[in-house]
Amino acid sequence: MIRVRGLTKRFGTTTVLDDIDLDIADGERVVVIGPSGTGKSTLLRCLNFLDRPEAGLIEIGSVAVDAARAGRRDILALRRATAFVFQNYALFANRTAKQNIMEALVTVQGRPKAEAEARAMEVLAETGLADKADSYPAALSGGQQQRVGIGRAMAIGADLMLFDEPTSALDPEWVGEVLDLMRRVAEQLQTMLIVTHEMSFAREIADRILFMEGGRIVEQGTPEQVLGAPKDERLQRFLRRVG
Amino acid sequence: MRALDLDYMLGLVPVILGYVPLTMFMAVVAMVCALILASLLAVERVVRVPGLDWLVILFISFFRGTPLLVQLFLFYYGLPQVVAFLTQINGVTAAIMGLTLHFAAYMAEAIRAAISGVDRSQWEAAHSIGMTQSQMMRRIVLPQAARIAAPTLVNYFIDMIKSTSLAFTLGVTEMMGATQKEASGSFLYFEAFLVVAVIYWVIVEVLSQGQKQLEIRLGRAFAR
Repeated sequence: MIRVRGLTKRFGTTTVLDDIDLDIADGERVVVIGPSGTGKSTLLRCLNFLDRPEAGLIEIGSVAVDAARAGRRDILALRRATAFVFQNYALFANRTAKQNIMEALVTVQGRPKAEAEARAMEVLAETGLADKADSYPAALSGGQQQRVGIGRAMAIGADLMLFDEPTSALDPEWVGEVLDLMRRVAEQLQTMLIVTHEMSFAREIADRILFMEGGRIVEQGTPEQVLGAPKDERLQRFLRRVG
Repeated sequence: MRALDLDYMLGLVPVILGYVPLTMFMAVVAMVCALILASLLAVERVVRVPGLDWLVILFISFFRGTPLLVQLFLFYYGLPQVVAFLTQINGVTAAIMGLTLHFAAYMAEAIRAAISGVDRSQWEAAHSIGMTQSQMMRRIVLPQAARIAAPTLVNYFIDMIKSTSLAFTLGVTEMMGATQKEASGSFLYFEAFLVVAVIYWVIVEVLSQGQKQLEIRLGRAFAR
């Protein structure tokens, strides 16, 4: 269960997240849509303190953090309860595909190396990249890198997986394989919060869609409600534009 | 103009080569210590520990801002007069200390620049999986910074080897000190110093070959 109350983030005098409330049930798949610059990515980045929110309560699994008072331990606990998939993949450049997945298991979770390696190979098999286990990121295509990025996040066994526009940096030819992998993650009943511009993917995978504008959640509901019968005028305009 | 005494020069080669181990010992020990110290200083400069920052800046400023020879004299001749436990300090130890601190100051700046050169996404990825600051530095950032800094650091090591010759001013008989002694016995200064110059040169050339190998090794992960 994920509970967010009053999450607020400012950059200087600009309020990027304005008092956000959000509940996500276990296994729920929530997709965030909206025009760029409306705080979608910042929402994800504030949930694991890649950007530090000014105020708000964040509860993820057994971790509860008051943003205004969060110390180093709180932040580490939140980060360990979440897994993040980056737009630009952000694989560790000095680690092979397999080592990228093992890193969190060994260094952060303290699991034995052999066990971590077995888990990494399992995950690589799921991502269809078992043959690339010993390749460094620089030798992989964008699509392959992002699949390793998702694998790295899957292996952690996090309460919440955050996807920050995972296909936006990809050449069109690689988008399909990454979305396929995300479908497979969804089948495992993983709780997911996804920022994406892939509307048909959102319609297909989401239990709920949030429409954000101006740092607020303006409208939310099932894909049928939000995409099929949008109420808010800004949402209607946005949907007309993305077609 | 007289002819070079080639027989004397050839005879001198093995004598001076006998001191290569001491020279390399000082250079390697000082390099390892300087690398560790410089990494700590560089990390501090990047993450800015409150209360420590000004000390690090002062340290770097002093050891970059004063000549190595002055620092060596300060350690060997000066410090024992004011710090009791240093009265027994020998020339080799003082030289290693001086070289370590002096080169650490330079290398810290090179490593700091290299750390800044590591893509920000690497930090974020490390944070996102819940690494502590020190895990991130040790496992992700510093290894990548090492690749960026490697050519510069090898240059400092080369400079370090040559700078060990200053230890002879502290009474250490290393390559330079030995040559000086030999030359003052034979009066063949040109021959003697030419021999030692060539030996330093050869050592540095061998290292430069090693540098290429090192860069290939460190670059392996980044090859397409």
